[in-house]
Amino acid sequence: MSDVPIRVLVAKPGLDGHDRGAKVIARALRDAGMDVIYTGIGQTPHMIVEAALQEDVEVVGLSILSGAHMTLLPKVATQLREAGLGHCVIVAGGIIPAEDSALLTSQYGIDAIYGPGTNTDEIVAFIRTTVAARRATL
Amino acid sequence: MNDATVQQLANEVRRGDRRALARALTLIDRGGAPVRSLRRALAGYGVGSLVGITGAPGAGKSSLTTVITQELRQRGMQVGIIAVDPSSPLSGGSLLGDRIRMYDLAGDSGVFIRSMANRGQYGGLAATTLDAAMLMRAAGFGMVLLETVGAGQSDVAVVDVADTVLLVEAPGMGDEVQSIKAGLLEVADVIVVSKSDRPDAPATLQQLRALVRMQMDSDAVWSVPVLPVSALRQTGVAALVDALLAHAQWLQTHPVTWRQQRRQLLALQRALESQLRDAVQQLPGWTTALAQLGQSDSDVLARQLLEEFVVNGFTKE
Ligand SMILES: Nc1nc2c(ncn2[C@@H]2O[C@H](COP(=O)(O)OP(=O)(O)OP(=O)(O)O)[C@@H](O)[C@H]2O)c(=O)[nH]1
Ligand SMILES: [Mg+2]
Repeated sequence: MSDVPIRVLVAKPGLDGHDRGAKVIARALRDAGMDVIYTGIGQTPHMIVEAALQEDVEVVGLSILSGAHMTLLPKVATQLREAGLGHCVIVAGGIIPAEDSALLTSQYGIDAIYGPGTNTDEIVAFIRTTVAARRATL
Repeated sequence: MNDATVQQLANEVRRGDRRALARALTLIDRGGAPVRSLRRALAGYGVGSLVGITGAPGAGKSSLTTVITQELRQRGMQVGIIAVDPSSPLSGGSLLGDRIRMYDLAGDSGVFIRSMANRGQYGGLAATTLDAAMLMRAAGFGMVLLETVGAGQSDVAVVDVADTVLLVEAPGMGDEVQSIKAGLLEVADVIVVSKSDRPDAPATLQQLRALVRMQMDSDAVWSVPVLPVSALRQTGVAALVDALLAHAQWLQTHPVTWRQQRRQLLALQRALESQLRDAVQQLPGWTTALAQLGQSDSDVLARQLLEEFVVNGFTKE
């Protein structure tokens, strides 16, 4: 079970155009041995949830720079749960103020939030431990 | 996952439950005993055609898959898509990016898209994709489109399991085509010159048509069409879909026996491989072999395990 590659969806919700950060993360996760499904920009929460469902991922990675994180991230988390995908680990990256971060992780079902310039090893390690723990409970 | 659980999952797949289909596809991807249970549970359910879409990296396969799907949807068909990309040989991970170009298909419940890594396998990938197509059909997606990069042996194997092989060639390939694509040109049932909005498309079209005429057996009963399509401008799509459906129809009365035999052989090989591997991993010697990894030659270890299997037979089950 532990040698099964972790399936991750990397998506960019919202309308801001550039996805350099998301691509860097996607490549880092691939290089860490994960299967990364990259959906590109302009994803609505509904599209993200539908893709997560079809791809049966264990992790949803969201890159968000538009400032709309307080509306978009909770929406994705809620809709994932409603679709029966509450087991997905949700990781977000982007420019998100500390107080928003605290709220998102404590109350809105986001598992971790990383700012720009975070060492990707840290993200890889977090995903590995969290997924291993969730697999053990399934 | 035990047999009863898999049986229940299979029932949910047949009822069209998308989450169940997604989970079953994961079982297929991971391989092993559940795959055999799924095959048993779903054998004979669902009908339809498997179209393999292949071509060089960047040839326009995903864009083409999108417009073909839109056309099929307009004709009332449900479409399953399997998009295969290579695994990284270094990390074993993969970056599966075909969904980017399939943006316009999002939100349509008559479409189901699944990305798969090829895990560097040869024949195995072909069997995996066949199983995935079987699941999609059982769930009601009559037409299954399989996108795979046309480079390397594994992909030619994938091409062999499709009912219809669609080869995608971008304009401006010059003289390369004979040498590089010779193998694929032979198995293609339909050929598309993609990006036909580009000014160099007509020349490529002409070149390819000449090549195909030259290759064609004089007694060939299916004549391979070479069609210009622009996914960007959405031109030529209806004619392409007509050709794909015509080929599926044609297969009903003209089974391509060598291809079917090859597919059955592949299925047998795959079954043999996975059953043998599972059986050997039940042997007491398996743990010993694992402990010797890196110190002993893997061919020698495999040989020892096989000998132990011949003597001991099945340990469990
Ligand atoms: N001009 C033009 N460009 C196109 C057309 N179709 C695709 N492209 C471009 O060709 C590039 C590759 O398109 P894809 O559909 O991703 O090609 P692919 O074969 O799936 O690529 P891989 O999966 O990476 O091998 C993109 O930049 C597309 O915008 C078309 O009809 N016309
Ligand atoms: Mg593609």
